[in-house]
Amino acid sequence: MRIQQLSTLDLSIAALLVIALAVLSLVLRLGIERRLLLAAARTAIQLTLIGLVLKALFAHVALVWVALMAFVMLAAAGREATARQRLRFAGAWGYGLGTLSMFISSFSVTVFALIAIIAHHPWYEPQYAIPLLGMMLGNTMNGVALGLDRLTLSAREQRTAIEARLMLGHEARIAVRGFSREAMRVGLVPIMNAMAAAGLISLPGMMTGQILAGAAPVEAVKYQILIMFMIAAGTGFATLAAVSLGSRRLFDDRQRLRLDRLKDTG
Amino acid sequence: MPSRPALMSTEVALSRLTLHALQVRHVGPVDLDIAPGECVCLSGASGAGKSLLLRAVADLEPHAGGAELDGERCADMRPSTWRQRVGLLPAESAWWCERVGAHFDHPRPEWFEALGFEPAVGDWEIARLSTGERQRLALLRLLCNGPRALLLDEPTASLDPAAVGRVEALLDEYRRERDCPILWVTHDPAQTERVADRRMQIHEGRVREA
Repeated sequence: MRIQQLSTLDLSIAALLVIALAVLSLVLRLGIERRLLLAAARTAIQLTLIGLVLKALFAHVALVWVALMAFVMLAAAGREATARQRLRFAGAWGYGLGTLSMFISSFSVTVFALIAIIAHHPWYEPQYAIPLLGMMLGNTMNGVALGLDRLTLSAREQRTAIEARLMLGHEARIAVRGFSREAMRVGLVPIMNAMAAAGLISLPGMMTGQILAGAAPVEAVKYQILIMFMIAAGTGFATLAAVSLGSRRLFDDRQRLRLDRLKDTG
Repeated sequence: MPSRPALMSTEVALSRLTLHALQVRHVGPVDLDIAPGECVCLSGASGAGKSLLLRAVADLEPHAGGAELDGERCADMRPSTWRQRVGLLPAESAWWCERVGAHFDHPRPEWFEALGFEPAVGDWEIARLSTGERQRLALLRLLCNGPRALLLDEPTASLDPAAVGRVEALLDEYRRERDCPILWVTHDPAQTERVADRRMQIHEGRVREA
């Protein structure tokens, strides 16, 4: 089976659909046509560029290039995870907390899957490594952003309750424990929902892509199961790490609740 | 007769709360020594920093200078230990469980009764308490935790006169029983008259004898 090639004309026809939506937005005065078109343009440009990068990467298989690409992706995911939090840690912590957690979790789970499960030679073969890491980071970012967002917002909302416990001599980690747990749960909900709905309600993107590209459905399904498990583990570990680091950062060395370490971004 | 300096000094320092050049934002430096069993009332205009000062003594605000209880420095103690011993009652109480009872480890029924609560109060829902009930229960929660010094931020602000009398009586009993020093913020000159051994005033960040 051979993949049906798409021409520029084919993509232009698809683009017309987005333009039609923009026109509708103009007529209905939704005021989102600019953002919509800009986002669509970004999709086209960013994906074209990444296509070229991947082409070059696949042509020259070298660990250093794969690693460089991985760190660029991590940096972008860290930025996105930070930007999604309304109330984030000020200074380097805002970016560092989520990025560090994603690094520890996504990288180790991806490398583990590449070496122990896929076992291709070399293990860093970009055809496997980059898409896997990309899917990991995309989902992990979500969990980390949701978890930290919930943590910081509930710390601000429940400030008096947390401090009431501190005033009675409760340890800071006990005073914040209920809110950390809730934040961890919130970060894990999307991936649990995705796993529960997979196949019944949604056909996951990677599997769909493989099938479109002519892979046997059963092979595509096996890869999708692998990916789902990796994403669940990666997202889970990263969210737990980010929320527990964040819970510590909420307090100083004298166990005072330090909301002045948070920055509201509206 | 041989002298016993070690024991003597422990006795002298027992439950004495001392602030050394304590400074927090626009308040201070404050030097204050509250003897065992002494009640010091602190008054001052709104925004003068009374609550802020109490929070700093409880080590909830970053501050310069220090505080001591029984000759032990706050900075040398675990923060949780310090806060258990130097108990702060904030002006507005906060709760973290659904029912009253869950906030008490060692409830003292006779104190609940003294403030007019029936034994079933433990099953009451926090959300259904009145402001006055919350304030009294927050005080009970603090006292049942056994602090050695008390920092009270307008503990009777939303109580009717009868309840004010009960709260003052319970606090007086606690103070006498344990030789507990009290720093009591109040707006009410009549209350100061009733409970204070010494009166202080906070003005433009300075704490002076009134």
